[in-house]
Amino acid sequence: MNNLTPDEITEILPHRGHRHHGTGAAAFLEQGKTRLVLVGNPNVGKSMFFNYLTGLYVDVSNFPGTTVEVSHGDHPKYAVYDTPGIYGVSSFNDEERVARDIILEGDLILNVVDAVHLERDLFLTLQLIDMGKKMIVCLNMMDEAKSRGLAINVQELSARLGVPVLPTTAIHKTGFDRMEEQLAQACVGNSESSLHRRLHELLNRVGSQAEALMVLEGDSIIAERHGVPPGDEREQIYVERRNRVNRLLDKVVTATEQKHSISATLGRYATSPWLGFPFLAVILYALYLFVGTFIAGDVVDLTEGTIGNRMFEPWVKDHVAAWTATDIVVEKVGEDAAGEEITLATRTFNFPEGTDANPALLQQMDSFRDGGTNNLRYNFSSPWAVIFFGEFGAFSMTVTYLLFLLLPLVLGFYLSLSLLEDSGYLPRLATFVDRALTMLGLNGRAIIPLILGFGCVTMATITTRLLGTDREKRIATTILQFAIPCSAQLAVIAALLATAGTGATLVYVAVILTVFITIGTVLDKTLPGTSSPLLLDLPPMRLPRARNVLQKTWVKTLAFMKEATPWFFIGALAVSILQVTGLLQQWVDILAPITTGWLKLPAEASQAFVMGLVRRDFGAAGLYEMALTPMQVVVALTTITLFVPCIASLMVMLKERGTREGLVIWIGSWILAFGVGGLVALVVI
Amino acid sequence: MPSSASVPLVKLRKGDHGVILTLPKQAELRSQCIRLGICVAAQVRCSQRLPGGTIIIEIGRQEIAIGKALAGEIEVNVE
Repeated sequence: MNNLTPDEITEILPHRGHRHHGTGAAAFLEQGKTRLVLVGNPNVGKSMFFNYLTGLYVDVSNFPGTTVEVSHGDHPKYAVYDTPGIYGVSSFNDEERVARDIILEGDLILNVVDAVHLERDLFLTLQLIDMGKKMIVCLNMMDEAKSRGLAINVQELSARLGVPVLPTTAIHKTGFDRMEEQLAQACVGNSESSLHRRLHELLNRVGSQAEALMVLEGDSIIAERHGVPPGDEREQIYVERRNRVNRLLDKVVTATEQKHSISATLGRYATSPWLGFPFLAVILYALYLFVGTFIAGDVVDLTEGTIGNRMFEPWVKDHVAAWTATDIVVEKVGEDAAGEEITLATRTFNFPEGTDANPALLQQMDSFRDGGTNNLRYNFSSPWAVIFFGEFGAFSMTVTYLLFLLLPLVLGFYLSLSLLEDSGYLPRLATFVDRALTMLGLNGRAIIPLILGFGCVTMATITTRLLGTDREKRIATTILQFAIPCSAQLAVIAALLATAGTGATLVYVAVILTVFITIGTVLDKTLPGTSSPLLLDLPPMRLPRARNVLQKTWVKTLAFMKEATPWFFIGALAVSILQVTGLLQQWVDILAPITTGWLKLPAEASQAFVMGLVRRDFGAAGLYEMALTPMQVVVALTTITLFVPCIASLMVMLKERGTREGLVIWIGSWILAFGVGGLVALVVI
Repeated sequence: MPSSASVPLVKLRKGDHGVILTLPKQAELRSQCIRLGICVAAQVRCSQRLPGGTIIIEIGRQEIAIGKALAGEIEVNVE
């Protein structure tokens, strides 16, 4: 859906041919109750208002025809809708289009504004007032405004806007007790008189003042809905509105001169040409310690290593083995003097009719297992058991992978990202790296999917949606799929490079970096069109609020898991079928001569490459068991990093970028991986 | 008062003050600028320049980061 142009989206949304309430939103929104719509700029604390009004039971769903999620909850009097954070109501991107459609269908607007950031936020407020909707304004973060020396005359603001204005500090729920009383007094505000006249001239043709405004501001989608030509007055109206904001600020805000606050100083350091580097280094190191060491190491060792591999999977397989033919290989493991895990003894038990049919043998197996740690391998005879419960089975490996490996990692990454976002560092980081990314045909905003790629390429591929143009999405997706190793793979790569030595590590890093830069530069030079320039407002640096951060983390993680889970299952199913039918082995055999002849690696390495399809880390892990020279390690790791991400990320890419483009990138990654791997082999081996 | 000159925003040095004269040509980009307060006649101050041309400007109490390509399309009168 995502690579549609705005025009194509109109085709899909079911609003053509209706006159008044005929939008995609009409079918989406609840009927009967008064619809209260929360509107605000990004990061103004809107979700805390939403939570306060709706309580625990919240329904989050995709807005029809888009990938934008909208929360909906119930209040005794209202059906409450949360809209995406926007700078204005128009149709510059999917978020704005969704917010616009919900606002148009809303009965009552609660506009949350950041008292510290009125310059930015009042533009949206005045636009909402011009739409002629009944509304109230909640002036949030009043505590922070006060501490920054801003005095805001709330009565004056309310009088000039013509709607109730409620000062609040959402984090302490200050002012929340008066919210319902204010909502009951919501009214239509004072729009500018000449604009008001023009709107009324259009009114009988489009049905509502809100829609008239959208038409006048040149919104072609709304104009088409009503069969009228879109207006060409957007810029004039915007400039007038901007001037009204400035006049309003003059009247209602008094700023006392402040000493430089710590947050302003930090904000300046973060974007300073020199201090920006140590600042970035400290943040990256903290990120590495938290996600790389703590989550990917300690937490995943527990969840995947212990809970997933030693408890969950054996439990599932044990139940399946009860009624189906299987061999069970029991490996007793212990630790040697150096603390390394070693195999003490291995025995295979054969159950042609399942374990239930042979309790005596099961007894023997249990006594063999007794004492110490065991690794169990179940070799099911039935292809069905293999597909669903085998080594790569949908109900064995995929569940472990999703719940015990991916979930902690995704939580860790989104928690870090939410902290960076709420602290105000993220937009500054985007500014700091803007120039470097411009050379790759991206702008600073692309740093978000690129960072997430080191967590999970699948998650990062989904996040490319936030980029401004299709061109940028295409470049970012290609870089992610080719050159960014995900965390699962990074762990294995780091371990292998540690044994191969510093020289090998340097060669590997140099090769991957070169490929990374080359891909971006070549795509930027060859793809038609231009990428969007950076235009980003930098909110003040502030201490993130725990509750807000946790909630954001949870919502984003849940959304990712909901969206990605089916693809991981479908991917696992596809690979299991390839395995059962022998096609996986055939593929390995086809690759073997290339692996030995061109890459100068042992033939078994081709097995590791194909395993990389299932899970990127499986590929690298397979290399452990081969006796490779340091330079062979470099060749193998280069090849594995560059080619195919796991099958789930392939699936998500096909969905996001379309089948044709997705397949081109995928096949390209095979060619590039083996091409570059071979060239490296020519030079170093 | 020093003589004033019309230059692209991207040429501003850290600490320079200026008044915006023209906005970028592309209509949607122009509208996005106006929403953020980047309008003709707005007073701006360059609060940071990064190597490579990304710049940060202050308009009122608001800070806005602008990429090199866009900053090259906005003309300002330096004071």
